[in-house]
Amino acid sequence: MSALLQFEGITKRFGGVPVLRDITLAVPSGVTLGLVGENGAGKSTLMNILGGNLRPDAGRMTWDGRPYAPAGPADAAAAGIAFVHQELNLFPNLSIAENLFLTRFPRRGRWPIIHRRALAAEATRWLREVGLAAPPETQVERLAAGERQLVEIARALSSQPRLILFDEPTTSLSDRETRQFFALLERLRARGLTMIYISHTLEDVLRLSDQLAVLRDGALVAHGPREEFDKDRLVTLMVGRRLDRLFPARQLAGQTGQQPGAAAGVEGPGQAAQADGGLAVASVSPTNKPLLEVQGLTRSGVVHDISFELHAGEVLGLFGLMGAGRSELARMLFGLEPFEQGSIRVRGRPLVTPRPGRCLREGVAFLTENRHEDGLALEASIADNLALVTLRRHARRGTGWLNRATLAEAVRGIREAVRLTATAHDAAPVRTLSGGNQQKVVLGKWLLAQPQALILDEPTRGIDVGAKFELYQLISQRATAGAGVLLISSELEELIGLCDRILVMRRGELVDELRRPEFDRERILRAALHERSAT
Amino acid sequence: MLRRWLNSESLVLWLTLAGLVLLLPFTPGLASRENLANVLLTLLPLLVLACGQTVVLITGGIDLSACAIMAVASVLGGLAMNGDTGWLAGSAWATPVGVLLMLAVGAVIGAFNGCAVALLCMPPFMVTLTGMIFFSGLAVWLTRSETIYNLPATFNALGGRLPVAVAVAGGLALAVHLGLSRTMYGRWLYALGHNARMARVSGVPLGAVTVGAYALSGLLAAAAAILYTGQAETASPFLGQRLLLDVIAATVIGGTSLFGGRGKVLWTLSGVLFIKLLDNSLNLLNCSFFTLTMVKGVAVLAAALLDATRRRWLEAAT
Repeated sequence: MSALLQFEGITKRFGGVPVLRDITLAVPSGVTLGLVGENGAGKSTLMNILGGNLRPDAGRMTWDGRPYAPAGPADAAAAGIAFVHQELNLFPNLSIAENLFLTRFPRRGRWPIIHRRALAAEATRWLREVGLAAPPETQVERLAAGERQLVEIARALSSQPRLILFDEPTTSLSDRETRQFFALLERLRARGLTMIYISHTLEDVLRLSDQLAVLRDGALVAHGPREEFDKDRLVTLMVGRRLDRLFPARQLAGQTGQQPGAAAGVEGPGQAAQADGGLAVASVSPTNKPLLEVQGLTRSGVVHDISFELHAGEVLGLFGLMGAGRSELARMLFGLEPFEQGSIRVRGRPLVTPRPGRCLREGVAFLTENRHEDGLALEASIADNLALVTLRRHARRGTGWLNRATLAEAVRGIREAVRLTATAHDAAPVRTLSGGNQQKVVLGKWLLAQPQALILDEPTRGIDVGAKFELYQLISQRATAGAGVLLISSELEELIGLCDRILVMRRGELVDELRRPEFDRERILRAALHERSAT
Repeated sequence: MLRRWLNSESLVLWLTLAGLVLLLPFTPGLASRENLANVLLTLLPLLVLACGQTVVLITGGIDLSACAIMAVASVLGGLAMNGDTGWLAGSAWATPVGVLLMLAVGAVIGAFNGCAVALLCMPPFMVTLTGMIFFSGLAVWLTRSETIYNLPATFNALGGRLPVAVAVAGGLALAVHLGLSRTMYGRWLYALGHNARMARVSGVPLGAVTVGAYALSGLLAAAAAILYTGQAETASPFLGQRLLLDVIAATVIGGTSLFGGRGKVLWTLSGVLFIKLLDNSLNLLNCSFFTLTMVKGVAVLAAALLDATRRRWLEAAT
């Protein structure tokens, strides 16, 4: 067996942070390769490089023995590589057949006229192949999520590729559809098609693959035939031990605990790293005073029967893999998405129909995961962004007339508190700031409201290490000051370093809860993956 | 250099002044007292209308129905106040009640537009376009396409006497300016226009803000109707039929963004001056009405191009 696809020393950095380190991996022809790794291990980046969406900083790829350097997705398609993504890339307003053949409609001779009968016949053939019993002229928006996934697969197959990459293909499939899909994969494998299969469901990967590869922190930590692996070994490999990373939060929380009320601005990362590295986080112990009580929160297909309490002075972590429903849960708490059942109480008082404005008045704040879409007005000034949430406090009742002096004072104060870069003028648009500083603006905006309960959704995503460090510090300061923080993160290290308790979500359900002394990477990951944890 | 100049806030004001200086020698009577007084008088209602448009544009919407609202308000005010058949005829309260009636009509129609946009999630363009068609029809239907004379003298003075009209329009413009720049509601309007999703998450009551913006635009349209009707001393269903282009042109030329989030009353004021200067000088140069609209069309296109270019540069700078 010769290698159909070969990665040689692929390296990629985002803003100085390495996300792929020297990946060398061969995919032999006719083999199904299972690729596993935690969120952020580098799977998507590697696949984006394969698909021509990203270019590697170093290293090269060969395809069928020849150098392969795709300039874009079209090159990958031309080479015969097809992708089935987790997020669907279909046009809901077009029919199934149109989606399948959008870039290569069968035509009547040389005329730019679609050969409708050929189109329907071709489409029907591929739909039968994937086991979808819908007429090809059906509009995609009328299909259920699972059926759309099958259309996506049919589209990949219809280009008759030599390699198909599946990225979490079964997340939206029902059990029956999954069985059909696996049968299809077996047929494809029997036909000698080369496949790469990415999934968090380890049983499936083990069942379907001939070979397995494990990525961790951007490095390939294991690669070999399926027989060498079992679930336990995979989990251990995925978790590993990461000693090379700086996770200041642990030391830092202890330090802030020792100096309650110490103003930000004196201790820098260097100093904090030297501080007592004791494992005991926050010498301030969380209280039993519930700030936020969630009881049986349910929306079918998204979250199911979620109940937990967030206490004053506590940092509560919420871990889960992509699609576990963490962000959706947070958005429901803040009234941005509806729920069907369940109740929310804030400081003992029921919050019947949460809305952002009402939640704010009750002392709840919510930093969303995507700062550009939900967090910032990029063209507006730093000062306007910071002030938006708390304008009411500086406005006269009725007229809304703003007290510009107190407003400016508040903005100045929060700029210092979050240590926003001093070089940027208040009137400069937020767009001109770096990612880390932009995130500080969002956090500052919410901190100005002095929330009792602070919900943070992936607050450190896409920001540099220094800014991360400062955000950790701000978070533990808040908890020390008596607020409750619900911290949603995909980074286990971050949660372990910062939290008093960690909740684990899988497929819309809370599946595990750990207190600080029992934090255990393997147990958390096992719970988040599809396995019973030994509680 | 060019960029800084094009991005400058007072670009339009400078262009207007340069145009004025350039045109003065060629245009007889441009600087004459009557002409300037006349320009000022007709400029005021346009300014008031454009202020309303500015508010709506800042939210990322558009109000095409403003001029039709003006016509309806004018006609209803005329029907109520005229000395022949109006139910307020002869009453000492005719003017204040009539004025309040007109303002209320404008605000209600505007609020209706706002509700359609905010609560039914309809595109502002469609809502106000159909509003324009419906209400301009309604104005004609109400009067059987006749104009209404014999309005109270006190009412006519509001728009016709220059100092009074200046005070009314200037006061309204100032109020809008302060409202936008110095109140919480103003900040909410900009936040909505910049990023509606972010504004929602930040607790801005989007529905109320949107309804308020359109209601204010309707109210200001009615105020413009008061000024125009007083000037002409007649209420007419055809009032402001050709004004919509001027209103949007003045606002956009001033620098208010069609994409939302950017806009100021001062910019709009300079846009209004620009349009009026263009109008008046081409008029004095004996250009036909059609030439005038052609020139205006080009000017508006240039302004929209400038807006899009600015935006592209801003995005490229990220």
